[in-house]
Amino acid sequence: MRERIEDALKQHTADYVEIRIEETRSTGITYRGKDLEEVGTTTLLGGNVRAAVNGGWGFVSFNKVTDLRDKVSQAVSQARLVGNEKTELVEVTPVQDVVHVSMQRDPWEVSLAEKKQLMDSYVEEIWRTPKIQTSTVRYGDGYRKQYFGNSTGTYIEQERGRVSAHFGVVARDNGNVQQSRAGFASNEDYGVVEGRHADVREAAEKAVDMLDAQPPKGGEFKVILDSTLAGVFAHEAFGHLSEADHVYENDKLREIMVLGRTFGGRFLNISDSGQVPGLTGSFAYDDEGVPTGKQYLIREGELVGRLHSRETAGKMNEAPTGNARAQSYSVPPLVRMRNTAIEPGETPLEDMLAEVKDGVYCKNWYGGQTSMEMFTFSCMEAYAIRDGKLAEPLRGVNLSGNVFTTLENIVAVGNDFAWDPAGGTCGKGGQSAPVGDGSPHVLISKCLVGGQ
Amino acid sequence: MLEALLDKAKKTAEVAEVLYHESTELPISFEANRMKSINARESSGMALRIIKDGRIGLGYSTKLSEPGDLDALVESAVESAQFGAEAKFTLPSTYTANGVIIFDPAVEALSLDNLVALGTEALDLLRNHDEEFLCDVGASKRVSNVRLLNSHGGGTDYRKSVVSLSASINLTRGEDLLDVWHYALSCRADVNPQAVSQRIIQRVEAARSNAEVTTKHMPVLFTPQGLGSTLMTPLRQAFSGKTVLEGASPLSDKLGEQMFDEKLSIYDDGTIDHAVGSSPTDDEGIPLQRTPLVENGYVRTFIYDLQTAGLAGAQPTGNGERSPNSLPAPGYHNVVVEPGGGGSLDDLIGGIDEGILVEYTLGASMGNLFSGDFSGNVHLGYKIENGKLAGRVKDTMVAGNCYEALKNIAAIGSEPEWVGGSFYAPPMLVADLSVSTRDS
Repeated sequence: MRERIEDALKQHTADYVEIRIEETRSTGITYRGKDLEEVGTTTLLGGNVRAAVNGGWGFVSFNKVTDLRDKVSQAVSQARLVGNEKTELVEVTPVQDVVHVSMQRDPWEVSLAEKKQLMDSYVEEIWRTPKIQTSTVRYGDGYRKQYFGNSTGTYIEQERGRVSAHFGVVARDNGNVQQSRAGFASNEDYGVVEGRHADVREAAEKAVDMLDAQPPKGGEFKVILDSTLAGVFAHEAFGHLSEADHVYENDKLREIMVLGRTFGGRFLNISDSGQVPGLTGSFAYDDEGVPTGKQYLIREGELVGRLHSRETAGKMNEAPTGNARAQSYSVPPLVRMRNTAIEPGETPLEDMLAEVKDGVYCKNWYGGQTSMEMFTFSCMEAYAIRDGKLAEPLRGVNLSGNVFTTLENIVAVGNDFAWDPAGGTCGKGGQSAPVGDGSPHVLISKCLVGGQ
Repeated sequence: MLEALLDKAKKTAEVAEVLYHESTELPISFEANRMKSINARESSGMALRIIKDGRIGLGYSTKLSEPGDLDALVESAVESAQFGAEAKFTLPSTYTANGVIIFDPAVEALSLDNLVALGTEALDLLRNHDEEFLCDVGASKRVSNVRLLNSHGGGTDYRKSVVSLSASINLTRGEDLLDVWHYALSCRADVNPQAVSQRIIQRVEAARSNAEVTTKHMPVLFTPQGLGSTLMTPLRQAFSGKTVLEGASPLSDKLGEQMFDEKLSIYDDGTIDHAVGSSPTDDEGIPLQRTPLVENGYVRTFIYDLQTAGLAGAQPTGNGERSPNSLPAPGYHNVVVEPGGGGSLDDLIGGIDEGILVEYTLGASMGNLFSGDFSGNVHLGYKIENGKLAGRVKDTMVAGNCYEALKNIAAIGSEPEWVGGSFYAPPMLVADLSVSTRDS
């Protein structure tokens, strides 16, 4: 493959060309209710050529990996039609590297029969709980080998693995329907999905417990977020604003997101890293061949960095960060987060609770969405807090607000920390990417709770 | 190649079905007021579904050019069939290829220059209206070929063309960010840059100033897009035969009962010419139809693929939809909400003393869909005061239960419009929903 890629890159008239070829193999096992619904394997082979001429981009993707030279010419001529300024890509030292995936227990060495047997046992565990209406159990694993070469002399062969199990439970009591979920994901160990019976049982019981919950009152409250939900907040509320593709050509947003500006208290630190072992948002090189590292976004309350592709870093005159990611060979990379976290602070959870007379303790989440300055996310589990103590459970709690004011309203950051074991999937521009979110507990002095 | 794969599969399986798709797509994008990229995407792949020893097996591959690739695909389907679900259906033996019009040679003939002109016109219209707009525009055409063939002789083949135009603007004033977008998709070459940019301009103009609302219950008017992103999401889940089969749908045992306001009728219709969700058959070869979901408030039909219908003892409805690498599951084609007698959007606004108009919500569909509870940030919405729009509402959430809300519809508008090429609905006024806002 190396020869074919390097040969195709030899003659061109563009400012920049890259070729990315990928082979993937994946397995999925899905249960709905007690029954196995689907077992299947997918094999994908495909690639793309991306070229830049005078600041314009051409992109060609294909399943038939032949005639790479013709595809290079096509991408270059498309780019030429677009470009009428200067191509500005940050300089990256050319790399030649081969990255093997090193699995502690390799899912490809576990038989389909064994995987199915393990998932059967989780399904059984869920259905031991009374009042369960239905459940979903999804197992997935994947292996991807990527061949990447570009016109500046980088050539990388990179393998990536992933394995995950996700559980969703729906409990019902007459017209009242509640759901709960749990999940585990890793890029290096099948073991992460083994021995999860207690976690699965807990998720099932939680859905049943939430049947007794009441909808919240709407309005502004003090809220405490657990580590999973606070991690989603970091991703949704601040992470997306830190993606430089939103910022680099928007002068006004550049003014708002100016480095050095204070966004929160000195105890607030937010980072994004591609190097956290085991997480599905980790990898050695991004889809432009840039090595990944850890990038601080906020340090001691101050904006210190953002997330870049080679183009956004070049245009903003900042250092590359390795955040260009593509869902697959069929689409060009976008600036994406990897593993985003609020770093631990000093406040124990008990001290945060003691601060709250009338508020809400929010745990875990169904989903989150953002439109730059506004965010919203839904809690899976929530409790009223009265006079510093957890009180009755609440259902259907959605939190919403303005990013800037909410960051200012973070008044304490916990001394605990956890990554969401389920891993996350982030959607942007029609592409999805595995990401990690993590945080300690955080206390927000004022947050809008949607209620009825 | 389909026939070759089918022959190979038939040697080991009782029943086999091959789905082949290939498509070419030409998307061009404008970012920050100028052309940014031209893409050309070609994709093809083959899905094999078999029934072996009564169990379903599945494999999908885009690696089809080397000798042995087809054998590997059969092998993976056979392996998965060892553990697969028991098949509860018979594949159709009729071949259905014609009917609905979803291919337009004029779309296929669109050149790169035509697409650039389409995008440039939308961009210029927006920029000429206000040069502070920071605009992104996308224009694209796609032509796909689908072939489906099973070992009973059933299947389909069709070509589909889709042209799309999307535009969005960002307007930043201080820390006040306004994002407004609109898009149009169609199987024929009729997407109109003027209509798309005009909708954006109307929305921006109504949002030039901000308005304050107080936390309380009030009438909430949804535009077609607002309706789609808020109240329709739990319904889509509730009418899926799969949710019903599991008993997780709040409507599971309500077939034939009146559960909604008598003004409400909703259909899933895969037979509409030029609509993006239409085709001769579903992904299992069952001809598409116009399926009543709700008629005059009565729950009429749930939607099914073959296997789910078999398990539920229900009739298939031609809703077996699949992404190529997974088994068919109930999926919608074009969801149509019947218009009512409420007049135009302006008529509806004119009848409200105090309320809000919701264009888009953020996160309303993330909550507990099964219960019908929703709670969404009003991403773009306006206060209505004495029958007029009185400015944009911010930091505001609208919440309720969709089943309660749709029992108490104050009015349904008379003028439906397409949202994204496969949802066709008028505006809808709900008499009383909870609106929460930040304490000022």
